[in-house]
Amino acid sequence: MYLTKEEERILNGEFGEGMRKAIELLVAIGDAYGAEKMIPISRAHAASSGQEGDLYFVELLADGGARCRVPTSTNPVYDIGYFHRLFDSIPEDEAEVARRVMEAYKRVGAILSWSCIPYMAENIPLYGETVAFSESSATPYVNSVIGARTNREAAQSALAAGVIGKTPEYGLLLKENRKGTNLVNVEATLKDEFDYTLLGYYVGKRIGYGIPVVTGITRQPSTEELINFCAMSNVPGAISMFYIPRFTVDASTIEEAFQGDVPKDKITVTDHELKQAYDELQTTSGRIDFVMLGCPHYTLKQVEEVARLLKGKRIHDDVSFWVCTSATTKVLAKRNGYVDIIEKAGGHVVVDTCIDEPCWIAYKDKVGMTDSPKCAYYRRFKEAMVARLQDCIEAAVKGRWG
Amino acid sequence: MKSLEIALKCHKIIGGYGEGEALVSHEPICFYLTDPKTGVVRERSHELAGKNLAGKVLVFPSGKASSVVQIDGLFKLASHNVAPRALIVKDVETVLVVSAFLVKIPLVDKLEKDPLEIIHTGDFVKVNAEKGIVTITKRES
Repeated sequence: MYLTKEEERILNGEFGEGMRKAIELLVAIGDAYGAEKMIPISRAHAASSGQEGDLYFVELLADGGARCRVPTSTNPVYDIGYFHRLFDSIPEDEAEVARRVMEAYKRVGAILSWSCIPYMAENIPLYGETVAFSESSATPYVNSVIGARTNREAAQSALAAGVIGKTPEYGLLLKENRKGTNLVNVEATLKDEFDYTLLGYYVGKRIGYGIPVVTGITRQPSTEELINFCAMSNVPGAISMFYIPRFTVDASTIEEAFQGDVPKDKITVTDHELKQAYDELQTTSGRIDFVMLGCPHYTLKQVEEVARLLKGKRIHDDVSFWVCTSATTKVLAKRNGYVDIIEKAGGHVVVDTCIDEPCWIAYKDKVGMTDSPKCAYYRRFKEAMVARLQDCIEAAVKGRWG
Repeated sequence: MKSLEIALKCHKIIGGYGEGEALVSHEPICFYLTDPKTGVVRERSHELAGKNLAGKVLVFPSGKASSVVQIDGLFKLASHNVAPRALIVKDVETVLVVSAFLVKIPLVDKLEKDPLEIIHTGDFVKVNAEKGIVTITKRES
C-alpha cells in the first residue's frame, strides 16, 4: 500500500507509540485487502465492549499518547455506578476491566456516547462521507439508510481509523463492491417495528453474508423499523449493507441496486415465513423474572411508547423491568416525563449499558422476555423469549407470558 | 528415510516468525469456541472438535463469527499461552487481521499453492512472514 510522507513518519513512531500501533493495524488491513492507499475519514464509531482484547488495544493507544483526530464515538459498556448500587454479585475483575476500558476511551479523546445508535445524536454521518463505523447494527444503517460509506469494522480497526483520521481504501468504500447480491421479495404485511425485527432476522438467516435488495415494501419504513432490520439481520447473518429501492439511498430501482448484475438468488418472504421466525424465538412460556428492552438502545419514541403502555400500571413484584437507552435520550425522556412514568410503574431506565456485559449476572439463571432477538442471542440469561413490546409489557404486569 | 522439504512463497499480513506442527481445518475457525485455558476446540460439530490449537501452525480457509467474540477468543488463548504459533489462511477479513495483530501471531495468505491441499496435519511448518516464505517438512510416512 502506498503511504504518504506523513503516514511513513507515523509508522516510524515520530508521532508516538500509540499512533504507530494504530497505523500498523491499518497498514496490515490495507495489505490484507490489497488497498492502494489510505483515504481520510470524517468520523468513526468504536464498538467498545469491555472485554480484555478491547481493553488491551485502547490502553495501548491511550498509554502511547494517541488522541482521536476525528469524532469517534463509543458503544455501550455498562453504567457502573447504577449497577453496583443495586447488585453486589458483579465479579470485581470484570468490573475493573469495564472501568479501565471507559477510562482509556476518555484518555484517547473519544466521544463518550456509550451508545450503539450514535448515528441518532452523538456522531451523525452525512450522506457520502467516508467513515469507519463498527457495531454490526450501525454499519448497515450508516451504509444504507444514511448513505455514508463504511466497511464492516472491528472495534480496534475503527478506533485506529479514528486516531489516524484515515482508513485503507477497500471493500464497501468502493462503489463496485456496493452492488446488491440477493433479491428479497416481501409479500408479508409489515405492520410495525417488530415485523421489521422478524424480517431482518429471517433475511439474515437465509442470506448469511451479502447485500440484500428488498422489494415489495409499500411505505417508508420508520427510523425504528430500519434500526431493527439492521440489528436483527446481523444476529444470524452478516449484512453490512442493503437496499430498499425508493426508501433507502443510492438506488431508486432494483436494477440500480444490482448495478446491472443478476441477483445471486431470490427469496420470497410471506406472513408464513415471519410466523416461522417468530415461532422459532418462542423458547418457553410461563412465569417470567425480567423484561429487557433497548437492544439496540431505544430511541426517544420507543421510550415514550413504553411510558404510554405502562401509564397507570404496576409491574409485577417478581419482575425486573429494564429499558436501555443512551444518556442523551434519557435526558430528553426525563424532561418529557417518560422516565418518571416508567420508574413509578417499577421499571428502570438505564444508560451506557449493553446486554452483553457482566452487570446482568444476577439474571443468569432467570427466565424473561425481550422484543429483541439480538438481546436473546447474547445468552446472558437462562432464557429470553422474544415477543412484541405490547406483549412484553402485558407479561411484565401479569408476571407471566402465554 | 529422507524427509521432503517444500518452500512456498506467501503474502505477509501480520509479520513475525512461527513454527510448529501443522493443524489443518477445512472449515472456518471461531477462536471463541475453544477452551481458553487449553486451546482445545469445543465446537462439537467442527472437524477439529477435541483437537488442540496450542503451539500449532493453524491452516484454515477463513475466520467466522462476530468481531467481538473472534478477537476476544484469540486474545484469551494467547493470554493463557495456548494460541497457535502462526496462521495460514485462504480468505482473510478485517476481524482476522485485528485478532492476529493484537496477539502478535504471524498471519499469511496467498500461498503459491492451495494450503489446504499441500499441507497436512502433522507436517512441520515454518512461517517466515517477514520474508514471505512458508517451509513445509512433510511428515514421514
